[in-house]
Order: sequence, then structure tokens, then C-alpha cells
Amino acid sequence: MLSTQRSDDDDQYMLVACLDNVRNVSTILKAIHFKDTATVFASPMGLKITVEDAKCVQANAFIQEAIFHHYVIKEEQLAFKINLTVLLECLTIFGSSSMPSGNTSLKMCYAGYGCPLILMLEEEGVLTDCNIKTLEPDDVLDFDFCSSNVINKIIMKSECLKEVFSELDVTSDILQILMSPDHPYLQFSTFGNAGSTHSSFPKDSEMVESFQCSQTQTNRYKISLLKPSVKALALSTRISIRTDDRGFLSLQYMIQTEDGQICFVEYYCSPDEEVDHNEES
Amino acid sequence: MKFRGKIMDPNCIHHFSNVVNTISKLVKTCIMRITEDKVFFILSERVNDGGAQIWCELPQSHFFDEFAMEGVSAESNEIYLEVAPDLLVRSLRTAHSAKWVKVKLTKKNFPCLTIEVDLPSGSVHQRLVIHDIPVSVVARKHWPDFTEPEMPRFDVSIAMPQMRLLKNVVDKMKNLSNYVSLSANNSGEMKVSVETDMASISTHFQNLFNPSWNKDNTQTQAPMSQDRDPQEFATSRVDIRRFAQFLNSQQVNPDRVICNVVHHRMLHFFLLHDDVSLQYFLPVVSR
Repeated sequence: MLSTQRSDDDDQYMLVACLDNVRNVSTILKAIHFKDTATVFASPMGLKITVEDAKCVQANAFIQEAIFHHYVIKEEQLAFKINLTVLLECLTIFGSSSMPSGNTSLKMCYAGYGCPLILMLEEEGVLTDCNIKTLEPDDVLDFDFCSSNVINKIIMKSECLKEVFSELDVTSDILQILMSPDHPYLQFSTFGNAGSTHSSFPKDSEMVESFQCSQTQTNRYKISLLKPSVKALALSTRISIRTDDRGFLSLQYMIQTEDGQICFVEYYCSPDEEVDHNEES
Repeated sequence: MKFRGKIMDPNCIHHFSNVVNTISKLVKTCIMRITEDKVFFILSERVNDGGAQIWCELPQSHFFDEFAMEGVSAESNEIYLEVAPDLLVRSLRTAHSAKWVKVKLTKKNFPCLTIEVDLPSGSVHQRLVIHDIPVSVVARKHWPDFTEPEMPRFDVSIAMPQMRLLKNVVDKMKNLSNYVSLSANNSGEMKVSVETDMASISTHFQNLFNPSWNKDNTQTQAPMSQDRDPQEFATSRVDIRRFAQFLNSQQVNPDRVICNVVHHRMLHFFLLHDDVSLQYFLPVVSR
């Protein structure tokens, strides 16, 4: 049973969200934890947590309201900035996920602008209360990525990419992604101290679920910005890779929680400015 | 000065190793005091270093099949040695399948605690492994620095909750703060909390046992006289790394670990396992 807070007390909060297994939230958040601060957006659809770096990369984690067994919000949108590192320490206060001996339940409450985020976690009759300061939300980047500008789109099983991304040559500053209706179809390249590495996937590979490429595009992205996405990739079952007419990259990851629910994480990245996009490979 | 002891029971070897292991997780060096009846491991830290104290007592007859000692003098029939428990741990690590273990005070070029381990080697032969651990002999004039600390007049006495959850929680809290507050009351409640500019986190345990103590400091089952409001909490704020170290040092689950809280002064942990008693005095961190 959850903590003793009666539902009357919940009236003071703009947002109350409860779930039985806190790992369904903490795991997703770990996939975007590459900076200390995050902006949290809450709406009747659920939570979106955004982390950005260098004005070039943005990660969003979507935790839809169906993940919670109780979700009540009194506003169309609530937004606050919070220290994601502290938030994750609190969510995993009873121990990190590797030893799931019991379920830890979570109740999250937010009373509105200027108020702290309150977390109540319970495991085996032991309660932890956390009170985390919230800050003024910053404006988040709008990558202006819309489907009508998408030039190339590939949906794949994550399995095969996990190896590619975890073995990326870190002596290479950039990751080059080629997407094309023609051979080599999909190719990841790095250019490091020991030489260049290319990993390709033919469009008829059984790993590829959907292949919609209209134009050959070669784009380069700073590896340091994309490295954090490896966490999301590792958790995911499927990934969608899209590039638009500006060479902006959208990576969308479908992640299954421990309890079988689906959540999404997406990464947006702008191309490395020093290079022209749409180069021939 | 002489000391010679032999442990022959594998369970005793194992238990002795566990005790030394626990001590090694708490301190880098400590005093090993040997008397006719007991072996003690003592820490008495200077106030500037934190002022923590450890008092661990082992009845020698519980471990040693043979035990002989001759102290500094007839009136002061004791030996005080300064030793690094980690070195003891390492030499005892070879002893888990030993037939016997001997512990001796010897003089090589400097005083040593020599650990001799008799190990089986093949089906017939035996192999003798000898470790010489350098120690320093503590002079008689310093012995008063290492007397048994008095059991403090505590405000609340409570049994610690299950270690697994508490350890996990404190390990996480360690990432957020250097200090942790432990509060307890006579209604079986304990709170462990940290507070920083960014967040405050508090973990609550309930239904814990409040032991009663007789005047002679033995525990009793009889309820304590309640001139203290049972809901009222006594609190001490201590160094979190020390507290986490103590929690992580628990090798075997002792029957019970008692925590005595002296409000705003110190935490006193007391555990008893199979005749071996360990006390850990952790003073508050001054603001």
C-alpha cells in the first residue's frame, strides 16, 4: 500500500502521478541523463522531460499518462526546470535497478510554480520522502522537425545498431550518416586516428522494418553530442532514423518498460556546421 | 612480552576472520589489546580527526584452543599493539581451508604479529604459510588513551532496521551530502535524512524494536520508564561516509544492531554476535 497521504491532501497539488514500479520512470530518464538539468513539461497526455546540450542536441523522454495508475493534472501545461541528477538519485534511492527484489512505488506531486517536486517512494513498508527544488524553466529549442520536410526515414530493430554505436571510434570527432535509395543505403562512418570505419546496412536486411529514402544524403554530426543517445539505444527495441532537408537528425527510440508498456525517447541533433550536407559519399 | 595463540576449529577461524574483516572496513590502523581473557580491537580517534571510537571485545577462549600470554609486567599483564587490520585480513584469507592458524608475537628486525597457517597440500602433505605483520608495541604510558569508553547516557535506544535497504539508501544519500541525520524515538521509528540546497530526502522506518537497558547496561525485556514522550525524536547529524562505512562493514548479520542516540551529541552502535561485541561511537559533526 502507498503512503498514508489521503486524497483530500492531494487537492493542493496541480499534478499528482502514481505508479507501482518506479523503475518504469527511472530507466527512461537515465536514457536522457547527459546533463545535470532537465525541463519537465506536464500535460494531460503525460510527462515530457527535455535535456539539451550546446544548442545542438536535444533529448526528450515521453512518459505518457497511461504509464501511471493514477494521473491527475489541473492545468493544460505545467513546466519547471529541475536537477535531473538529484531527481534520479531520489528515484533510485532504494537501490539501482540491477537487483529487483521488490517493487518500489512512486507518488509524485507538484503544487505549481515555485513549489518543489515532491516524491514519495515506498519499498517493503519503508517510506522515503523527497523534496526537490524546481527552477524557472528555460526555453527549449524547437528543432522545427516536421514530417513534411523529412527526406529519408528508416525504421530498424535496435539490436544491430547497438554494436555499431557502442563501438564508435571516439578518436573521430564526427559520425557521418549516409542514407540513400541506392547502395550502400544506410552507412555509419567515423574518421579516427586509426583510420575510417564504415558500417552499412542493406535496405533488405531483416533488421530493417521500413525504408523510405528519396534522396542520397550524407550528414555529419559531432560524436560527442550523439554519444549519450547510446543509452537510449541500449534500452530500445526499435529505432527510427530521419533526416530532413537541413540535415537535421531525428532518432526516435521505442522502449519497453519492465511492465511491458511502451515509452519513447527521441534525440534531435543539428549537423556539424563545418561541413556541407548533401555531399556525395 | 609473549603471546601465542592457536585456532584449530574452522568455524572459529572463519569467525575470527569475519571480525577482523569488519574492523578493517572501519579503520586503517587500530590497537590490538591482548589480556589473559580477551582480545580487543580499539580505535580512539583524536577530536580533530573526527573523534570516532571503536571498542571490539572477543573472549579468547571462544576462538583459541591454545592461548598463552605474558604482558609487559606482572601488574600490567597486558599487551597493546598498533596494527593495520587489513594486513591481518589478507593473511587470514589464506586460512579458510586451514587445519590450524597460529598467531604469535615475534621479533624479526622489528616486532611482528606472525600468522602461521597450516594448509593442506595434496592428500598427504601439509604446507605452512607464514605472514609477518609489522606492528608497533604501545608503551604502558599511552594505555590510558585506550580505555573502554563509557556507554553514553542516551536519549533513545532502538534496533537498526534491515541493513539492505538502509545501506542502499545511505549509499545514494552519500552522493548528495557529506552529512546525514539519524533520528529515532521510543515508538520504534527511525528517520535517516539529508538536506542540501537542492533537495531534502528523508527515509522512515517503523516498527523497530526499542530495547530496555538495566542500570548495569545489560539489556532487559522490561519496558523502560517512560518519562520521555515516546513520539519525541532524538537526532544526531554525523559524517555520512563514516556511517556508510559502518553499514557496509557488517559482514554477517548479527543478531541485532542497537543504535543509541544522544541528542545532538553522538550515535552509539552496539552489536553482539556470538560472544563478540562491537561498539562504534560516532560523534556529531559540528556545524
